[in-house]
Amino acid sequence: MLKILKYSFYDLMRSRWSYVYFLFYLALGFVLLFLNHDLSKAVITLMNVIIVLVPLISTIFGVMYFYNSKEFTELLLAQPLKRSSIFLGQYYGVAGSLTLSLILGLGIPFILYGLFQSDAIWDFSLLLVTGAFLTLIFTALAFNIALSNENKIKGFGYAVLMWLFLAVIYDGLFLLSLIIFEEYPLDSFSLAATTFNPIDLSRTLILLKLDISALLGYTGAVFKSYFGTNLGLFISLGMLVLWTVLPIWRLAYKSKRKDF
Amino acid sequence: MIQIENLHKKFGKNQVLSHLDLRIDEGGIFAVLGPNGSGKTTLIKSILGMVVPNKGNLSVLGASIRKNWKYRQEIDYLPQIANFPGNLKVKELIRMIKDLRQKPSNEQELITLLGLEPFLDKKLGTLSGGTKQKVNIVLTFMFDSPLIILDEPTTGLDPASLLKLKDLIQKEKSKGKTILITTHIMQFVEEMADEIVYLLEGNIYFKGTIDELMAKTEQNDFEHAIAAISTHTTNA
Amino acid sequence: MKHFSKVLVLILLLMGTSLWAKTIVVCQDCELGSIKEGIAVAVDFDTLLIKKGTYKEYNILIDKPLTLLGENYPVIDGGKRGEIIRIVSDNVTVDGLFLINVGTSYTTDYAAIRVVKSENFIIQNVVLEKLFFGIYLEKSNHGKVYHNKIIGDAVDEYNSGNGIQLWYSHNVVVDRNIVQGVRDGIYLEFSDHITINNNQSTNNLRYGLHFMFSNDDTYTNNTFQNNGAGVAVMFSKRILMKGNTFRQNWGSAAFGMLLKEINDAEIIDNTFEENTIGINIEGSNRITYEGNDFINNGWAVKVLGACYTNSFVKNNFLYNSFDISYNSKLNDNKFENNYWSNYTGYDLDKDGIGDVPYRPVKLFSYIVNRTPETIVLLRSLFMDIIDFSEKVSPVFTPDNLMDAMPLMKKTE
Repeated sequence: MLKILKYSFYDLMRSRWSYVYFLFYLALGFVLLFLNHDLSKAVITLMNVIIVLVPLISTIFGVMYFYNSKEFTELLLAQPLKRSSIFLGQYYGVAGSLTLSLILGLGIPFILYGLFQSDAIWDFSLLLVTGAFLTLIFTALAFNIALSNENKIKGFGYAVLMWLFLAVIYDGLFLLSLIIFEEYPLDSFSLAATTFNPIDLSRTLILLKLDISALLGYTGAVFKSYFGTNLGLFISLGMLVLWTVLPIWRLAYKSKRKDF
Repeated sequence: MIQIENLHKKFGKNQVLSHLDLRIDEGGIFAVLGPNGSGKTTLIKSILGMVVPNKGNLSVLGASIRKNWKYRQEIDYLPQIANFPGNLKVKELIRMIKDLRQKPSNEQELITLLGLEPFLDKKLGTLSGGTKQKVNIVLTFMFDSPLIILDEPTTGLDPASLLKLKDLIQKEKSKGKTILITTHIMQFVEEMADEIVYLLEGNIYFKGTIDELMAKTEQNDFEHAIAAISTHTTNA
Repeated sequence: MKHFSKVLVLILLLMGTSLWAKTIVVCQDCELGSIKEGIAVAVDFDTLLIKKGTYKEYNILIDKPLTLLGENYPVIDGGKRGEIIRIVSDNVTVDGLFLINVGTSYTTDYAAIRVVKSENFIIQNVVLEKLFFGIYLEKSNHGKVYHNKIIGDAVDEYNSGNGIQLWYSHNVVVDRNIVQGVRDGIYLEFSDHITINNNQSTNNLRYGLHFMFSNDDTYTNNTFQNNGAGVAVMFSKRILMKGNTFRQNWGSAAFGMLLKEINDAEIIDNTFEENTIGINIEGSNRITYEGNDFINNGWAVKVLGACYTNSFVKNNFLYNSFDISYNSKLNDNKFENNYWSNYTGYDLDKDGIGDVPYRPVKLFSYIVNRTPETIVLLRSLFMDIIDFSEKVSPVFTPDNLMDAMPLMKKTE
């Protein structure tokens, strides 16, 4: 698997798209810092951007890579290699190069602006961790969609729909259900609902850091123990890990049973 | 060498292979023939483990291939469409495959033979179809494995290269290897194949030498014999 | 004896008549072994020098102008039997004592030091621990509560008292005290012209500072941190609040500052940091908010009920989850020249003022007011889209509520 990872990674490191992605983040970092002159503010803006943009880019990139490397995959399949290693290797190659682009693209401008001397460093690290998780999750989801759909257009469509659903529609339905059932106790429901969407989970992590004052304004005891202690942090991180592991596991499982 | 028993494969509602039994012994060139959609590629991919059968047993070199991948170490496969990762250079691709298989190889000889030296530092995405096929051939023949599977090996090759390919195949055969070929070029089959496996509607319709085929179809020319086999079935 | 001579000078200055005052020494091995005995033999304007040691006494009554001066913090242990010191005379100074174990009662407000109907008192350098009420000023004017340390261990509101309490007391200065772990850090009721400076009121159960029906008071440069609900200013007029810090008041009913029925106040140069609500305003009118910093609060300002003619000028609103929240569609308050970190407008004419108005009230804050659980959707793209559409055409938020001249840079 490590060999496949290595080759996928090299392949990606040479492809135009990795650079586009890298340069995009580099530009985003510099522009935000230039406009704000303020690390903490730039970090906050970035958090809002990252939880939406990273999933979108990872999804599209993942689907694109999967379909584009179909021949490469077939070449590998005829080699004495384990199936799951081929797909996991490719997956880690893509996810790894995306994560690297993210970390370097954002890291360089912030370090040049004096991140290490700033107290925004923890927020920034959280930002990168969240970004990395989202990359891993959405690349895995994209690979799953692509693996299950031979038709490129269909696969692409499903992937973008999935992003749209998780980034926007899910929260819309979530809000609607909260308003419709507002007479009922909803705190457990609302916390549970955030864990079923990786974007919401990452958002929760960010809220814990930036908006703890507002979160503690709500009276519910469940809320209080969730946000007031480290419980929320651990559950969110745990669920993010689960969200990463499950699609990867399905990828390995499905790939063993697929015909090429 | 290859032993197939009661192989079934369905793609959706489409039954591609059913009750297929096949035994291929060691040594010689076997041409897998059949009309479009008869299941040639599916059969080959089943042997390679790329297609997972619904039912049946498949063993290569005496070992079942189910949940096994190491046996592919003993197979050299030339895929039908020679499309490679476009960002890699030819040299790198060869190095990568060598790295993956960890076996001794003689790629230098083949590169010289096919005249690929000028292309070694080019990216695969920029190569023509014929050149890609040559790279494909290098990748297949550079290892020394007892079983060679060639899916449409002649695609895109110029006559000179075709001759070289034929020489290569003959050379491998003389080493006592088993070679499986699918092709639509009958002349190529006639020239090369020791035995023919004719697939029809997901089953083996005929297996034997060219002479046996001609005798069976009462034709004295191979191409007509093949044509007759098809018409025979359509009439039947 | 430098310290002593200083105090002496002070006493001379304060009383002027104490030229013949003498110093009476109280220590456990002396002739006078208790404070009560010392008071009994002292005459007006004498100084009681209390040596280091532990004095188990309570209900000490000071009924003549005396100075009680502790040397190296002698301990007066009330044994939880009731009040420790009661001052009923003018011109009394209590300095450098360590009072512990005040009695707790549900019917009587026992205090470590209670001043009753007296004037010109000074209570300074006193340390109080294990108390019920700390320093209780009852109808006592023109005094000073200076540099005391009150460390409570209150757990429940119903059986705990306040650190420094002023009841019908006027013209008192409360300066440089540290109050923590009591019910209300400093509590004022019917007390006018009070000056509260440089105090630190932290970790109290209810409020760091609590005003009721008290007018013309000033509090500056105090720090209020991690109190149950922050600072409450209620039913009072003409209060000046300047340069204070309100920090980390977290909870469902917690705020940096609560204003309820407050008129004509000035709130200037304060810092509100990491509170659930920075300022909670109910029925308060004609208040000037200027030069305050609102940093990382859940809600910087929450306006409930009728609040008229307030003006918010030159404040910094930095990284709050919500800047302003309103529960009505009416607005009669002015927002001008503030800096809003959430502002996304531009300044093409480079005059330092944004060219597009800023609307500090988000639709989402309405939704959260209505259905609090929706707070978990904060920073969701969906909410941003909804907020944006509300910004373009306000339906739920007051359409005249905006800062037409938002600053592009923080005010200093």
